Amino acid sequence: MLVNLTINGQQVQAERDMTILQAARSIRIEIPTLCYDERLVAHGACRICVVEVKGARTLMPSCSTPVVEGMVIETHSPTVIEARKEILRLMIENHPLDCLTCEKSGNCILQDLCYEYDVKEGGFNGEKKDYPIDDSNPFFTYDPNKCILCGRCVRVDNELQCTGAINLIDRGFGTHVGVFYDRDFDSSVCVSCGNCVSVCPVGALMSKQPKKFRYWDTHKVTTTCSYCGVGCQMDLLVKDNKVVGVEPVNIEPNDGLLCVKGKYGYRFIDHPDRLKKPLIKKDGKFEEATWDEAMDLIVSKMKKIKEDYGPDAFGGFSSARCTNEENYLMQKLFRAVIGTNNIDHCARL
Amino acid sequence: MEMVNLTIDGVHTRVPKNWTVMDAAKAIGIDIPALCYLKGVNEIGACRICVVEVEKARTLQASCVLPVAEGMVVYTESPKVVDARRQILRLLLDNHPNDCLTCDKAGECKLQEYAYRYDVSFVEHDGWRRESHIDTSNPYIHRDDNKCILCGRCVSICAQVQERSVLSFGDRGYRTHIIADNERTLADSACVSCGRCLSVCPVGALLDNRVIGKFRSWELEKEDVICNRCEYGCEFELLKRNGKIVGVRAKAPSTDRPLCLKGRLTLDLLYNENPDVPLAKKDGKYVEVSWAKALELEDLLQKLGASNIE
Amino acid sequence: MTNSIDEFLDADVVLIVGSNTTENHPVIGAKVRQAKNKGAKIIVVDPRKIDISADAEIHLQLKPGTNVAFANGMMNVILNKGLENKAFIEERMEDFEKLKKAVEKYTPEVVAEICEVDPEDIIKAAELYATAEKGSIIYCMGVTQHSMGTNNVMSMANLANLCGHMGRESTGVNPLRGQNNVQGACDMGALPTSYPAYQAVSNPEIAEKFGKAWGVESLSTVPGLTIVEMLNAVEKGDIKMLYIMGENPMVSDPDLNHVKHALESSDFLVVQDIFLTETAELADVVLPAASFAEKDGTFSNTERRVQRIRKAVDAPGEARPDWVILMEIMNRLGYDKKYNSAEEIFDELRTVTPSYAGITYDRIEKLGIQWPCPNEDHPGTKFLHSGKFARGKGLFVGMEYQESAEMPDEEYPLILTTGRLLYQYHTRSMSGRVEGLNKKAPESFIEIHPDTASSIGVIEGDMVKVASRRGSITVKARVSDIVDKNVVFIPFHFAEGAANKLTNAALDPKSKIPEYKVCAVQIEKSV
Repeated sequence: MLVNLTINGQQVQAERDMTILQAARSIRIEIPTLCYDERLVAHGACRICVVEVKGARTLMPSCSTPVVEGMVIETHSPTVIEARKEILRLMIENHPLDCLTCEKSGNCILQDLCYEYDVKEGGFNGEKKDYPIDDSNPFFTYDPNKCILCGRCVRVDNELQCTGAINLIDRGFGTHVGVFYDRDFDSSVCVSCGNCVSVCPVGALMSKQPKKFRYWDTHKVTTTCSYCGVGCQMDLLVKDNKVVGVEPVNIEPNDGLLCVKGKYGYRFIDHPDRLKKPLIKKDGKFEEATWDEAMDLIVSKMKKIKEDYGPDAFGGFSSARCTNEENYLMQKLFRAVIGTNNIDHCARL
Repeated sequence: MEMVNLTIDGVHTRVPKNWTVMDAAKAIGIDIPALCYLKGVNEIGACRICVVEVEKARTLQASCVLPVAEGMVVYTESPKVVDARRQILRLLLDNHPNDCLTCDKAGECKLQEYAYRYDVSFVEHDGWRRESHIDTSNPYIHRDDNKCILCGRCVSICAQVQERSVLSFGDRGYRTHIIADNERTLADSACVSCGRCLSVCPVGALLDNRVIGKFRSWELEKEDVICNRCEYGCEFELLKRNGKIVGVRAKAPSTDRPLCLKGRLTLDLLYNENPDVPLAKKDGKYVEVSWAKALELEDLLQKLGASNIE
Repeated sequence: MTNSIDEFLDADVVLIVGSNTTENHPVIGAKVRQAKNKGAKIIVVDPRKIDISADAEIHLQLKPGTNVAFANGMMNVILNKGLENKAFIEERMEDFEKLKKAVEKYTPEVVAEICEVDPEDIIKAAELYATAEKGSIIYCMGVTQHSMGTNNVMSMANLANLCGHMGRESTGVNPLRGQNNVQGACDMGALPTSYPAYQAVSNPEIAEKFGKAWGVESLSTVPGLTIVEMLNAVEKGDIKMLYIMGENPMVSDPDLNHVKHALESSDFLVVQDIFLTETAELADVVLPAASFAEKDGTFSNTERRVQRIRKAVDAPGEARPDWVILMEIMNRLGYDKKYNSAEEIFDELRTVTPSYAGITYDRIEKLGIQWPCPNEDHPGTKFLHSGKFARGKGLFVGMEYQESAEMPDEEYPLILTTGRLLYQYHTRSMSGRVEGLNKKAPESFIEIHPDTASSIGVIEGDMVKVASRRGSITVKARVSDIVDKNVVFIPFHFAEGAANKLTNAALDPKSKIPEYKVCAVQIEKSV
């Protein structure tokens, strides 16, 4: 069933179960959001997505207001813009002004919106939050002073990851995100999946970086996680030929979730222990060799062994860690070139 | 060329005798910060951010103007050096507005880059700040003196083209600031809006007024393009955001490639999907003009007549 | 997996057998919990009180190695209460009577005795699973890594088919694959008995087809040896050269003392890996390989989804992608085929792998495709066995419970079972080089029930010497009732305190899987 509505003067047909936000995005009208996560039932907490609906008494949060036949909506009217500015002013009032050195800079939705709506400061001179930074988890830090209380981390933890490590604690000005009994993350039931970090729109939950980088110096490469068999889709953040971070991709099979190994287990990639040159053992000790030397040795041994003992004197262990292409080639090497079916991998182990 | 041997951060290197320590470091992949230094344009050793520790030298040395010498042993990130750089950055930040949140230079700002690198933050203080103003008189160049760090790059690059030479240092000491002609607004000065100064300002003091508020630097993809309005062939970049060209920007000017407003506007019209209307100075004031007039094509077009244009 | 990962979200009963899902497949674990929040009931069958057992309606903490008895007990209850899916059995299954007979004697009381659980729990679990609208089984190594692993797997299929929990959305049997590309390695024929897409090597017609495709005159129709058999053959001198690509049997294989001896007795050992692993240390030649972030290719995940990996950074030093190395060896051995990219290999392999025939790099640029995908217009297959099984009618194969190869006795009175941890991965060649992961899980340990611990005077943190007939190790004690009194658990990841020095290389006769999950050990306080 379709309903007809008008957004910024444009006629739109939308599915009956859509929200105003979804209808607007379907015709590429961008409405800003902070607490909204398309995987969760919208709860309209941050109000930044408010729009003007003709005939409505107040501005409506577009993320949680369903479309209705004949609705007339303005997403960027002066009233709406002033409301958004006011929300941003309230947020920035209670947020440290340290974009100069904040690691989130360039990837921060609060920063994006303040730029878009030209909000430079709160201007209220009210009380500021002053919480200690929780540094206890080996993979990420939590700075409650930067938190805008959008609640995305709490909802992703409780409704998608389903670990239930964090919650909104206290009420009013003292509201903050925390683990039970306000202990630190490391002594909670947190499993370090980092899914809360991945959705934080500001710099409150931040991955720890062995080496600092600015977000704008990186580019993304989409790939598949190399740990377990779930095959989570993720973006590698690359800077200067180095992987410096991992972000989940919101697509099947993982729908924007990762585990601790996917999110933080990438640091083996540039570990100094990586093998960099072929090694040949001489008198019980490895010596570095050129590829030609190593290949010559292997191939001459193979020819000799095949000649002396036949193809079944070879055994190959292929790998569940390598690609399909590589496994295909390995068994082809053993079957078509060497001539044996002695090829297996650790499927059973 | 005679070569000399020196050691930088424990790495031995051999470079031509006429190189600076900064050149030598760069050649082996060591990035020494620089604010005022601009090769061939501004080599004045003024900002001191590039200081390094040289064994047996009494004080820290500005590497951008320090010639290499045989047997020199240099440390580019020693505690002493880092401390000095932090000190310099702290002083610069004390006189700089804390508005990276919305500043158009964010992401491309050298001051921001080095403050991040050396972990120096803004400190709230009630001390003296240089009195300064924002000059919005020129529709092409937005000049915000509050953000100026007095590196002098704009002065040098402006002076490279003799008939321009509009910018210079004014006053002395704490009150030093950049002036156009004799303390005039840019509109009142002899400035021809060529944009040379825009292309070298390391901070947000000089910004392209036509793209302010339109994008964040980190959203951009860039594509090189060469202006063909004249034989100089100045180099530009097309600025793309989500696949759409939203601006043009001049790259690396030099005496050989002087840049001019006409060229810049030509590229704007050619490539920008939604260029702002051009303005030209008339009786000391900027007024909207047609593209034909801005690009100085009016006479030609008139002579050709509309029918000849296909 | 017969189903897709996202289908767990809509299951109404999830029966988890021998899978520590939230630790070993954390994202699937999260989805099972999402299903629970939507109202699904979870049944956990595992010898340990694993993380997800706290979410379970029923946790059957069965004795390791008694899966067949458990499944038979479930089926006994279902049949006695008339909860089987008669229509499904009639329409799609064969040998129902045989199954009925086989499970007859496995009453809840008998099974409770064997599995050391409460008979009431078996009845409750059977009712819950059988009456589900969409019942989904998840199983993992706790089912397969036994000397009767194949029987265990068949029992899972029997149970699902008996209830008609098969071939529908959110309804099926879902073994979770442990490693990123176990599925793909199997699909690609890295198995001693089959070519790509499980085409038997013993079938001369298939051998001829591959011979033609690969341009070689004849291919061997003699099935090859499995890893454990190959190691034995090396020891006997039948295999002279081993070529090991990206595997670390020196930590992952059972009975490590034996593995070491076998590898050392090979004439020539080539190891190709990204690190100098425990196995590579024993090699004659070590070749440096590129990691997943340094090459292009595809992995196939546990739900049969073929997905891209992409080169993001350069490999360190002179390391090369495995496929480049393999191609070079082929070429130098006189086989002249050249590939300029991983994609060219893929384009070749899909011509001989019918289930991959319709998949191209272009089609999986954004979202992977689940095989079978027979042609380029085919959207891929979300769940298997819809309407009918590959062989036509499904077959019930009644199973008898048999004991594990090595049962506890007076000398070795405890059952050791092994497994994995959230913060480590396989032999730690990757995860062991990530600082934070090592901080979270720094070393090997043994889980001991408090009563068992106090009987030998061990408290939390003490060092314990654990011995089996094959070797002994010393590890730190974790005293907890996560295990029963007669069971201990050690993670196998760590080379220091390696559980696989103790495990038994007894193999399942069909799948040749080693019995990692059960062996007999003795423990004493180490001084």
